Amino acid sequence: MIYFIKKISIMTFTLFLVSIISFSVFQIIPGDPALSKLGIEASQEQIDILRTELMLDKPASIQYFYWIKNILKGDLGESIRFSRPIKELIGERIGVTLSLGVYAILIAVAIGIPLGILNAKYNNTKFGVCLSIFSQAGLAIPEFWLGIIFLIVFGIIFKFFSLKYISFGDDPISHIRILTLPAFALAISRISVVARHMKNIILEEEEKDYVRTAYSKGLSMNKIYVFHILQNALVPTITIIGMLTAGVLGGAIVVEQVFNLPGIGTLLINGVTTRDIPLVQVIITYIASVVVIINFLIDILYKIIDPRISI
Amino acid sequence: MTIEIKNLNIYFNEKTKLQAVNNLSFNVKKGEIMGLVGESGCGKSLTSLAIMRLLRKNASFSGDINFLGENLLNLSAKEMTSLRGREISMIFQEPLTALNPLHRVGKQIAETLKIHTSLSKKERKEKTLELMNEVNLKDLEDTYKKFPHELSGGQRQRIVIAIAIACEPQLIIADEPTTALDVSTQTQIIDLLKKLNNKKDHSLLFISHDLDLVGDLCHRIAIMYAGHIVEIIEKLKDAKHPYTKCLLDAIPSPLHKGKDLYSIPGRVPTLSERKSGCPFAPRCPMAKEKCHEILPELLEKKDGHLVRCLYIYR
Amino acid sequence: MNIKVKDHNLIIGGVILMFLLFIMGVSFFYLPHSVTEINTKLKLSPPNFSYLLGTDNFGRDILSRLMKGSQTAFLVGIISVGIGSSMGVLLGAISGYFGGKIDEFIMRITDAMMAFPGILFALMFISVFGVGIENTMIAIGIMSIPTFARITRSGFLREKELEYIKAARVRGASNFRIIYHHILPNVLSPIIVAATMSFSNAILAEAALSYLGLGVQAPNPSWGRMLSESQMYFMIAPWYTLAPGIMISLTVLSLNMLGDFLREHQKR
Repeated sequence: MIYFIKKISIMTFTLFLVSIISFSVFQIIPGDPALSKLGIEASQEQIDILRTELMLDKPASIQYFYWIKNILKGDLGESIRFSRPIKELIGERIGVTLSLGVYAILIAVAIGIPLGILNAKYNNTKFGVCLSIFSQAGLAIPEFWLGIIFLIVFGIIFKFFSLKYISFGDDPISHIRILTLPAFALAISRISVVARHMKNIILEEEEKDYVRTAYSKGLSMNKIYVFHILQNALVPTITIIGMLTAGVLGGAIVVEQVFNLPGIGTLLINGVTTRDIPLVQVIITYIASVVVIINFLIDILYKIIDPRISI
Repeated sequence: MTIEIKNLNIYFNEKTKLQAVNNLSFNVKKGEIMGLVGESGCGKSLTSLAIMRLLRKNASFSGDINFLGENLLNLSAKEMTSLRGREISMIFQEPLTALNPLHRVGKQIAETLKIHTSLSKKERKEKTLELMNEVNLKDLEDTYKKFPHELSGGQRQRIVIAIAIACEPQLIIADEPTTALDVSTQTQIIDLLKKLNNKKDHSLLFISHDLDLVGDLCHRIAIMYAGHIVEIIEKLKDAKHPYTKCLLDAIPSPLHKGKDLYSIPGRVPTLSERKSGCPFAPRCPMAKEKCHEILPELLEKKDGHLVRCLYIYR
Repeated sequence: MNIKVKDHNLIIGGVILMFLLFIMGVSFFYLPHSVTEINTKLKLSPPNFSYLLGTDNFGRDILSRLMKGSQTAFLVGIISVGIGSSMGVLLGAISGYFGGKIDEFIMRITDAMMAFPGILFALMFISVFGVGIENTMIAIGIMSIPTFARITRSGFLREKELEYIKAARVRGASNFRIIYHHILPNVLSPIIVAATMSFSNAILAEAALSYLGLGVQAPNPSWGRMLSESQMYFMIAPWYTLAPGIMISLTVLSLNMLGDFLREHQKR
């Protein structure tokens, strides 16, 4: 129980720091937000009124307080460029990014874990070295480049996958087909991470005493792998998924751009290019918070799965 | 004769081919508790792993290990796997790490039965509870469901023992089974092993560095030093080899009250430091010049009493 | 020559990296063609003897642009790793050595920083300070501070309990001297591994940012920007897209391999 409470308080504090970082960074921007919103034609009076409305004349800490208060109430502010509530904008697009992220992580785990097991089994052999190099290559290839190549080769040339985005609600099968290319582009480098982690964990576990006991009982090597080593190896692998989340979210930003998917990533890039500060600020805080929360959940999950530790 | 080891050599495959165990020969009779004693690094654990054919891949070996009419070193991997747990089993030093932390202990005992018998799930559980009772565990149903970390050291070791006796093997190898336990638990475990040996008539190879413990428990004792067996005796008080006598002298006792604790000068040589001649010569109080040149043979001095020393059977 | 299977990281990684460094070195003195000269008649021509990797949509030699781009890539790598490592090691050393509240404080901040997935942090920085090569380098540099901080910190936590540090204190060594002179040399190993990995991350990050148009701007050459320029011509001139992508991949691959090699052979 204590562990749980401790973790929650750490998470809350981290979220707090995340929001402070997000907020403070944007305070540095030169120029007047009110001016950029109203345009150059606006009169000084209009600008002043807007400034008071936006609380730009108050000290930074007060501004922060109101900003956070609004966010926690659900009011995420309004986008300068789109002139719409940011909450709506995010709500429309979060589904895409989420689907993409989950899909990519699933692929990474589904392919990465068996690959890692193979890598461990054939460690120090020629085949193992080939697998290793293969893995390394996966890590080295820029995912957006991969995305471009997938897009053009499979999407345009071979027309395996359609290019126009369809949501899950409309047509689940097409939805999955659409996201397959970008998900794979994102997943390739993560597969390497998962595979390498699995390989290291398995090699570590192989040296442990309980494996020797299992051999002494007369269990065959394959059965030992499946019934003893793998279980013990999978438990710490859960934490890797937490790490993957951050990377996948970051990568999604660029990959969405390549495939022109209507997700949070494209929205963010849009915001950065048009200097839509309120939008950018909220999205960045949002994504970082998601990462913190998911890592927290993973921590809790880990402790539930491992019987050695009680909550 | 349950098991006979002849001229066992164990090498490490690295560039210099270091020899860890030299021409080891001894046997264990049916129903006998045989002690294998020596300091750390003398090769006793390696010997036990060699019998089970569980040495690391970088170790190579030669010789004969005759068990139930077969040379274990000639068996295929599959044949050896079928013997393990069924005819030969092992008890390890550190029970916490020897058990899978994610499996309940009852299941870990039942696993042995699953591998080697055709009992149904229900029958396996029954037999497991029987075994747990035999090793003096209490609250059987409750304990069956526990995880290793929820039990005490003594309880864990009993589980390991239960695993070892599950299929009524001919030979049980116990590698320092009490070293990681506190003294009172040690005594309980030793008593348990004695009781089981009396009841079941298996052979027990008991490996330890504790001469006192071994003297109490074992029918015969083999003393190892630096990869060689230097003496095999039935009663410690009959010991003749200088090393054994030094070890006996080093055991603290009330008789030595007021005097300095005796310890053998020098230390056990590492694998690369071993030279020709008698392995103990550099530290032996009785060593003569010849001892450094010639490796004495292990010869039978009296009935069942073997010694490896140039000057003992003069 | 006794090549072991496990040395493959060093050999392959080393060879590729040396090749790339060579190309970069050469690029300072010689480029097959001009990087800026526009030659519309030759645009999008496939690889031939004169233009080994073909030309882009302005008729410029792709090989020359790639070579010049390597300068940018390595520059970004060096500066950002420099920033990240100097600040990160400093923070990690203070955190690990002094412990207590300072440690807690610094760790919480790095935790919060690590919650921002790579590109995100850089985007945040760039949206405030604007695009361009300098801001890109600083942004990527700041991104890598938490990693260096953590690694340095765990090294310090480990070392400061050891006997030789206690001995140094007894001799009257100042904290600074202990940190700089005694502990730091012993924790360099993992820091160097981290630096190698950060370098390759920086190259990937710069490529992504430049692809989005938010990183290195024209006329500074950049592999990432070449990728975005080439995307629409992929069907008719695939070499234009493939060349920079392969360059980036090879550079990152060689750095990663060397990093792996160093990691496996670290001083324990």
